[in-house]
Amino acid sequence: MNVNNTILARFHCQIGGFTLNVNLNLPGSGLTALFGHSGCGKTTLLRCIAGLQPASGELVVNGDTWHNAHESRPVHQRPLAYVFQETSLFPHLSVERNLDYGYRRVPVSQRRIQFNQAVEWLGLAHLLERMPQKLSGGERQRVAIARALLTSPQLLLMDEPLSALDQASKREILPYLERLRDTLAIPILYVSHSVAEVARLADHIVMLNQGQVTASGSLQQTLARTDQPFGLEEGAAIILPARITTQDTQWHLSLAEFDGGQLWLPSELRIPVGSDVRVQVLARDVSLALSANHDQSIQNLIHGRIDEIAEEISPGTSLVRVLAGSTPFLARLTTRSVHTLELTPGKPIWLQIKAAALAD
Amino acid sequence: MMATYWEPVWLTLKLATMTTLILAVVGTPIAWWLARSQHWLRQPIAAVVALPLVLPPTVLGFYLLLLMGPKGVVGQLTEQLGLGLLPFTFEGLVVASVIYSLPFTVQPLQNAFIGINNQLLEVAATLRASPMDRFFTVVMPLARPGFLTAAVLTFAHTIGEFGVILMIGGNIPGETKVLSVAIYDHVEAIEYTQAHWLAGGMVVFSFVVLVALYSLNGRVHSGMMK
Repeated sequence: MNVNNTILARFHCQIGGFTLNVNLNLPGSGLTALFGHSGCGKTTLLRCIAGLQPASGELVVNGDTWHNAHESRPVHQRPLAYVFQETSLFPHLSVERNLDYGYRRVPVSQRRIQFNQAVEWLGLAHLLERMPQKLSGGERQRVAIARALLTSPQLLLMDEPLSALDQASKREILPYLERLRDTLAIPILYVSHSVAEVARLADHIVMLNQGQVTASGSLQQTLARTDQPFGLEEGAAIILPARITTQDTQWHLSLAEFDGGQLWLPSELRIPVGSDVRVQVLARDVSLALSANHDQSIQNLIHGRIDEIAEEISPGTSLVRVLAGSTPFLARLTTRSVHTLELTPGKPIWLQIKAAALAD
Repeated sequence: MMATYWEPVWLTLKLATMTTLILAVVGTPIAWWLARSQHWLRQPIAAVVALPLVLPPTVLGFYLLLLMGPKGVVGQLTEQLGLGLLPFTFEGLVVASVIYSLPFTVQPLQNAFIGINNQLLEVAATLRASPMDRFFTVVMPLARPGFLTAAVLTFAHTIGEFGVILMIGGNIPGETKVLSVAIYDHVEAIEYTQAHWLAGGMVVFSFVVLVALYSLNGRVHSGMMK
């Protein structure tokens, strides 16, 4: 991996009875989700990276050493931004002065994001004069994100920025986060315990358990692993990037094309033709057939090849990974079906997909 | 007559102002350290700071007199530095007042500092603010009611000082004869009219100061909620 486009994070620290021990090579761009149950160490890892939590180890961000055995840059000298879980606006400053706090501490020559740009991105123009106490939860978090961006960071750290918000506020902020991920050229590390958020936002995922990394890889590949590092056997699902190519207004369906085939989805008219979307397919909504059977109600038939079979992930149940083009799918079958159909890796197969939906 | 009448008043105000200013500078770092440190010395130092609250002023004055006297450690030091001896001088009173009023500055500040959400300081650090910068732009504004309380309590407490002053400063007009001592003198001499003017003035002054403090503090709090 090119060191100039990598985050090397090696940390060891002990807090009470908890030990964090990680050695990670993370992509130096895109959104990486740090995922796991509460207490798994994901926030501690983020705090180590920020320099808020003392730890031994090494941190090199895109070729720039921030921390090693000989030197450790203090927090305020690391070109990062941190969005906290709880509201963290300065209560004695207006929205405008909150936004300005970090902005005016960054030398003009290093500013890549301008004040008005951040205000516009996060829709804050009408809130500038307000005091933080007069904002809704969602508005406060938008201000916190804009304030973080205004330091023109080279790394954006986000610690469950949506977890303290209600469902409506989450829906309000998610599109902003997607836009940041797609427009900012900086890596984002995003701590979350919500599968839905990760499915919608992450490009890369790191799974943590009891202070150890249990999986790390691209979202698509990691979710399609038959050993299910997420421990989501019941809800195992894959995410595939696709593009909407047709809106069928008569039958209220949208056609999503992906590398390896196409899928009809329940119509999402708010999404225009040509948009890139993420489609979620649950393993339990996929069945397999040896021949293309058009004599049935399932509309989505995709041709693929069996890649891997994990038998008996729970009594009587198996998980089969199928590749359609380069896109991996998971099918949850009874172990008896695996044997009756004589499924083996390499065998051509038809995927019958009962339901697929946009990740949301 | 007028000059000697006002002399103790000015001397008292001068003493209280200097004590408050010196303690603002000296007491703030002590209060910050006490509020934030996990060091094992934290409890013993907190106890030392609080000692003037529980000790009779005469005890404090007695030991300060010995320390600053010709045989005391501090006394020998000030003599070697060419400053002379501190007891029975205005400077001596300032030193004694600073020690005597230390808890009145440190404790309100310490409480105000403890009340500040540590996450706000972490946020400020991630927004490029150095430790000093964080103190002046986050801690000081958020601890403003604490600073106000500390200043007023210290000022008022110094004005009300009597025992320590009598031990350290005696009763030298224009040098160490402050209000409380002057009132005592008038009462001793059965000059009740003069005692009334000074004592009544102090009552009114203290009342005005406290009303100002409470209304100012109230405005700071409601200002934060705006």
